[in-house]
This record gives sequence, structure tokens and C-alpha cells, in this order.
Amino acid sequence: MNAPQPMTLKPQPMLSGTQGAAVNRARWLRNALPAFSLIVLLGTIFIMQPRAMSYMGMNLMLNLAVPIALATIAQMLIITVNDLDLSLGSFISFVACVAATLLNDHPLLGSLALLGCIGVYALLGALIHIRQLPAIVVTLGMSFIWVGGAVLLLPAPGGSAPQWLQALVKIKTPLLPFAVVVCVLLAIAVHLFLMRSTWGVVLRGAGGNPLAIAKAGWSLLRIKVTLYAMAGSFGVLSGLFLVGLTTSADANMALRYTLLSIAGVILGGGEFTGGRVSPIGAVLGALTLVLAGSLLSFIRISPDWQIGAQGAILILVLALRTAVNRLEVRPA
Amino acid sequence: MERHMLRCALLSSALLLAPFMSAQADTADKTIALSNNYAGNSWRQSMLSSWQQTTDQAVKAGIIAGADSFTTGENQATEQAAQIQNLILQGYNAIVIDAASPTALNGAVKQACDAGIIVVSFDGVVTEPCAYRISMDFKQSGLDGMNYLAKRFPGGANILEVRGLAGVSVDELIHTGVMAGTSKHPQLKVVGSVNGNWSQTAAQKAVAGILPSLPKIDAVVTQGDDGFGVAQAFTAAGRPLPVIIFGNREEELAWWKKQKDANGYEAFSISSAPSISSLAFWVAQQLLDGKQMPHDLLSPAISVTQDTLESSLKGLEKGGIVSHVYSVDDVAQLKSPVAQ
Repeated sequence: MNAPQPMTLKPQPMLSGTQGAAVNRARWLRNALPAFSLIVLLGTIFIMQPRAMSYMGMNLMLNLAVPIALATIAQMLIITVNDLDLSLGSFISFVACVAATLLNDHPLLGSLALLGCIGVYALLGALIHIRQLPAIVVTLGMSFIWVGGAVLLLPAPGGSAPQWLQALVKIKTPLLPFAVVVCVLLAIAVHLFLMRSTWGVVLRGAGGNPLAIAKAGWSLLRIKVTLYAMAGSFGVLSGLFLVGLTTSADANMALRYTLLSIAGVILGGGEFTGGRVSPIGAVLGALTLVLAGSLLSFIRISPDWQIGAQGAILILVLALRTAVNRLEVRPA
Repeated sequence: MERHMLRCALLSSALLLAPFMSAQADTADKTIALSNNYAGNSWRQSMLSSWQQTTDQAVKAGIIAGADSFTTGENQATEQAAQIQNLILQGYNAIVIDAASPTALNGAVKQACDAGIIVVSFDGVVTEPCAYRISMDFKQSGLDGMNYLAKRFPGGANILEVRGLAGVSVDELIHTGVMAGTSKHPQLKVVGSVNGNWSQTAAQKAVAGILPSLPKIDAVVTQGDDGFGVAQAFTAAGRPLPVIIFGNREEELAWWKKQKDANGYEAFSISSAPSISSLAFWVAQQLLDGKQMPHDLLSPAISVTQDTLESSLKGLEKGGIVSHVYSVDDVAQLKSPVAQ
């Protein structure tokens, strides 16, 4: 999966003017799809539950989306190099446990532990690259280590998030709820870095065509270590934000984030291979996932059907995307 | 945006004032939601149907405007926290919770309290101080079994204790109750102890293993879901049947009934009831009605005696647990653990 692949030189057909426009339109559609599905969801929610259309309502609906959005960005960085992180949820749980115990009692030690976590992620990147190991297997193994560490720190649910952290996540920003502000800033910052900067192009290139990047003189090892360390940092942020919201931790609290983050990346227009990712889309995807849950609760669908309905929403969005992709491949 | 801010201010002040304005009011226009994290075993199914049964009647009688139940797709605290936040938004006056985690929901529970919503947790309780907790009185149920045995054997008895899963707090609590019973009634001696893991097969194996090393056993204390296995082990070993303290499961009571009809066998059964959800509903309703209650409450266990065996067994489906649909009067009898 990570081995440099021989460069595939597909003869690019010369696009005539109308064909080029069609491809552009399809690409635009693909980028707009995550935003479109989010707006439809949000609109439906506002109609079903007008109370949600307020500062407090938005905050209540979206503040638990922030840790999921951060986790989705972390997962996206790993997916950029065609890997998959199956330990993200347990890693975030571990971080939450560290924050609720060590960071609260011994701030210095806690901060060092969190930095150590990021270091472990960087080492994982190096290990996966040097030994050419499948990332899925390595991270699956790590997921048990993180959960084990979390249980050692907090054998029974408890602990207490540092006061400053609890205060931070409850900040009341003017006009827009804090959760929305964080999501917007997160999306824009990562977008500027990954999609607009030179470094970002190289990082994505390592997923799209590793051989070309290596031939151009970039160190693939450094690229992988950078991306994994960044993913670790966003994982740490996600765990901190989560424990700030819940005020205390539980060793199993974020296990679901692994799959949610992968679903968020894919919903947001990312793909498992080829360095094709979209930070703005990923954040929108994470919000879509969270709001889908809210919507189902507002419609009062029977609990027996809720899981199925959530899946149906996901399939619908993905089906739309496949249709758009087809438009792109074979412009009519 | 000015108007937006104004609306927020109005909404939040309305939410803050709501509990004061309606403190003594009728609860006919109030709504209560049940937030449940798991529905995958018979206890939870029974708990949910008990909620349904009680609330349907309450809604029909005009005591409450609505009482919907919500179960999360997966047994995850983050999902349940989001669910609670949605319930706050939907404007429920009270939220009753069977929690996935005692601590990870605290943030959401606090938000609900701040919005003037009454939060009652039961079974899986939450530690947030503003919420009400209805825990089961496991220690008392262990002690009740021993009290029955003391009455049956005033001259002393050898007792075998069958415990649940090691390391689980419920097992520890029931065991404490049994130990309290031995110090209260010194004539009762626990001569052996095995872990039956709340499973008929595990209990049968464990008891069969220890039986040869034991003197005559007069009584066995079990924790539920293991009494039938214990009886099987004694029959298989050809030992005289001891008095067994059962745990309200249908197969246990059916076996007891068969023995009772055959040779007048006498026993006792006690366990927690899944209908604690209906009790939590009434607690929430009473709180909405303006009643003052301590934040920590203990729910009594349900017991089956020689006289109530037939009535308990009637209508109990195969594999079910004895349940009891609570009424509003039961709320008044709830004890707080401090008072004990």
C-alpha cells in the first residue's frame, strides 16, 4: 500500500472547450456536495425544530461535533498518504484520560505526556514507512495499547478535566457559537496549509505519486513523520476538547471516533487513495454526521430504526457523490 | 443579529425561570424523555417495556403530556451525550437517563440542569451533583436473603455462597450484604464460596466442583441467573436439596414451583427489578410537580416468597425476570442511603 508505485503515464486526452467546462462543473459539484448535504440537513432540522435556530441551539447541537471534526482532520492527514488509522478513537480516549488525571494533577507532567503521545505518532509514521508495514495492522495493534493505557490511568470512569479546559470550551463568542467558530477556523487553516502551501502540495503528492515526490528529492520518511505527528496533534486537540465538554473521562469514551472520522473524510469528498482529500469537506462531513443524528432524534424515529436511518443518510450522500464522480470521468 | 441576541436572552431567561414559575403547577403539560444507551439484553428490553407501559397510562390519564424513549445506536457515551443535548433542544422538562458512563455524560447533564431541566438517572447513574440518582439497594438484597435464612434456621446452618462476576461492583455489594448477614446472625456459617458468574451453566459447574469438599449444605445464597444451575448441581451429586435464595428468574421460579408441588419445598427469591425505569419516571414526575427529594435514592429489590410464588410466576414469560410496575405512591417510600 505504501510502496512507491511506478508512475502511470496516462495519455491525457486534449480536452475541447466544452469538455473542459463539463469536467470543471463536475469538479465544482463534487466540492459543493458536502456543503450542499449539510445545508439540506440543517434546513430540515430548523423546520422540524425551530428552537435549534438560535445561538444556544446551534451550540448544543454542534459542540460535540468539534472533537469529531478535529478527529476527522487527524484521520484525513493519515489518509493523505493512503494509510488508515484504526487507533484514532482509542488514542483520543487515552488523551482524554491523561487530561482528566495527569494534566489536572501535575500540569507539567501531563503536558509532557501529551507531547510524548505526539512523539509516538511520529515514530509510528517512521516505523510504517521504514519497515513498509501496513498501517491498518500497526494502528489496530496500537488501538489496544492506547485502550490499555487509558484503563491503567482510569480503571473506573472518573477524573476531572482541568478548570481552564472546561472554561475554554465554554467560551461564549459573539454572534456565532464557539463550536461554529472553531470548525470554520479549523477548516480554513488546514485548507490553507494543505491545499495552498508548497509543503501541502508535497505532502499530498506523497499520497498521489510517491515515486515522483521521491525522485524530486523529497524525503518520504520526513513527509510521513510530519503527517503522522500532525495527525497525533489533532488527535490530542480532539481529546482535550472532548474532555473539556464532558468534564470527566472514561477509558472507552471515544472509541466510536475511529469509524466516525473515516466516514467524515469520505463524506467530505476524500478518497482512500491518491492523496485526494479536502480539509473543508472533511469538517463539513463531520458536521453532517453529527447533525444526521440530531435530525433523527428530532423526527422521533423509533430507536429500532435510528441506526438504519443514519446509515441510509450516509448511503444517500455517498451515492450522490458517486454519481457526480461518474459525471467527472465521462463528461457528457 | 441584534434580534438574534435578544431572542437568546429571552429564551435563556425563560428556561431559567421556568422551574420557579411552575413549581407547584400540575404536570399535565410537561414532557419527560428517557435516554437509554443500550437495548441488547432481556433486562433492558424489560426495562424499556416497563417504561412504555407506565408512561402510556400516565399520558392517557393526563398526568403528563408526553414521555418518549430514545435509545442510542451504539453503547457509547459520546453518542449519548449528543443525544441528551438534542433532548435539551427539544424542550423536554425532565430527562431520565440510564447512562453509558457514570462520568462521561456529566458535561451534557450539567447543560441540561443549567437549562432548568430535571435529570434523573437510574441503573447506570451519573455522578454530576445536579442530577438525581436512583441506585439499587444491592447490599440490602444480600442481607434480606440472610435474614430469611436466619428465620428458617434458628439453630444454625451451613451456607454456600454463589457470587457473580469477580471485580464487578454489584457482586461486591451483594457480598457485603451477605457478610453483614453472617455477623448479624452468628448461627449462619458460610462454609464455601464460588463464582457462578450470573450464569446457570457456570454456576452449575462451579458448585459441582466444590460440593465434594463441603459438609452438609443447608442453604445456598445466589445472586440471580444462577439458582437453577445450583439446583441442578445438587441433584446431579445426589445431595439433599438445600434452601436456595433465588434471583427472580423465570426458570428458577418454575423449578421452585415444581419442587413445592412435589414435596412442599420452601425458598425465597430477591433481585433488582428492570421496572426501576417506571420508578424513575414517577420520581421525575414528582420532581416536576415541585416535590423536594434527596439527590441520592435507593430503590428496594423485589422479593418472591412462598406465598407470592404463584402470583409472581403468572404472566412471566419464558426467560423473563419478575417485575413490578411502580406507581406514584412508591416514590414516597424511597430511602436515601444516608438515612440508613
